[in-house]
Amino acid sequence: MARGRRKNKKNIPAKYVLLMLTLVCFLLMLGSFTLGWTAGPVGTAASYVFIPMQRGLTEVGNWISDKTHELSSLRNVMSENEALKSQVDALTEELNALKLSQYDTEDIRELAELEKSYSEYKKLPASVISKDPGNWFDTFLIDKGEADGVAVGMNVITGSGLAGIITEVGANYAKVRAIVDDTSSVSGMVLSTSDYCVVSGDLQMMDERQMITFSSLKDTGGKVSVGDQVVTSYISPDYVQGLLIGYISEIHVNSNNLTKSGLITPVVDFEHIKHVLVITDLKTTTETVEKE
Amino acid sequence: MLRKITVFLIVLVCFVLQTTLFQSISFLTVAPNLLIIVTASFGFMRGKKEGMYIGLLCGACLDIFYAHILGGYALLFMYIGYLNGFFRKLFFPEDFKLPMVLVAASDFVYNFAIYFFLFLFRNRLKFPYYLSHVILPEMVYTLLMMIILYFIILKVNRRLEEIERRSAAKFV
Repeated sequence: MARGRRKNKKNIPAKYVLLMLTLVCFLLMLGSFTLGWTAGPVGTAASYVFIPMQRGLTEVGNWISDKTHELSSLRNVMSENEALKSQVDALTEELNALKLSQYDTEDIRELAELEKSYSEYKKLPASVISKDPGNWFDTFLIDKGEADGVAVGMNVITGSGLAGIITEVGANYAKVRAIVDDTSSVSGMVLSTSDYCVVSGDLQMMDERQMITFSSLKDTGGKVSVGDQVVTSYISPDYVQGLLIGYISEIHVNSNNLTKSGLITPVVDFEHIKHVLVITDLKTTTETVEKE
Repeated sequence: MLRKITVFLIVLVCFVLQTTLFQSISFLTVAPNLLIIVTASFGFMRGKKEGMYIGLLCGACLDIFYAHILGGYALLFMYIGYLNGFFRKLFFPEDFKLPMVLVAASDFVYNFAIYFFLFLFRNRLKFPYYLSHVILPEMVYTLLMMIILYFIILKVNRRLEEIERRSAAKFV
């Protein structure tokens, strides 16, 4: 019998093999925890097998979800909607710039300068090829990698809002952690008052209300209100400044009576994310300056 | 050899489907876990060793692209495959209840481990919420998908065993 033949070949009891492989896994975990190992070259090699298939199937998946959309709305409405959406994106950007020019305090004028540079950031279009296979995290792969000049730490946007940050790069793919991921946190700033806050993803809030949370907002003047825009801040070490995150939809005063927290409605539709732009300008921090 | 190639292809196809198609047609933002079905099925159909290797392969696929800590998924899937192997003696192809219970249990253990190590350790304490909104919906959806996938795996396995038996008989 087949099993008998197999037994003659190699006969290490399963539990020893299990023990050995467990040790290997623990070594890998230790390595990735302390030395920051990633799949690197193995990932690149594997990506040549997986990515063409994933790209194709994502297209199919997109097609199916598009079709289900069309069931409820007519085709021309969809295309009109698409056109209007891009118009909204453009107008939002324009409105951002206009709003900024309204505020005439010194630092806001500085931000307006930055806003101008926001549209001057070098951007690289990319498509989403696959998403995290589980239901716990919100990460996805895009079809541009090291070969296209993508590097770890670059910001990813869609339309007019911030989508995420690149956390891993292979030769022809890159992994993006969305800002709605439970482990993500971004240093944000309320545009109207330039108060800083921390914007963090939350699986529960995202599931229940499609929102992300913000905390540690020091709004001493009490001027921040629902509907205010939140953008990435100057002090963020990872995100370039002035990228729109979303609009405040709920504010609570924390029990310490000093800071506020609440909810933000993100501008990006993370359920149907298909195409993104990678900002290839990395944020220059003092650390990187020192290195240079 | 034929078995190795076939199993590898099954894992590959499931991984690709799980990361693409099933994510875009996810129902209530929950997607099924095909790799758990593959790992558990081969575990109780073929025994501890094979379940272990196939689990390792599934986990490695996830680790390469979606690891939080390299080796974590591999370890988890490997143990799920191995533990399912203990039920081989109780397994009969005609009986659908045991596979269902085992796949459901495997999916639960897998998600509970992820919650425990990657959420609870970050002070996300509301387990009942995560249980009712992530773990249980995924379990139900996975069981639904299992109805299709399990019979494919069962058929493929039966066919492979037939071929192996025939080629073994030639040498006797």
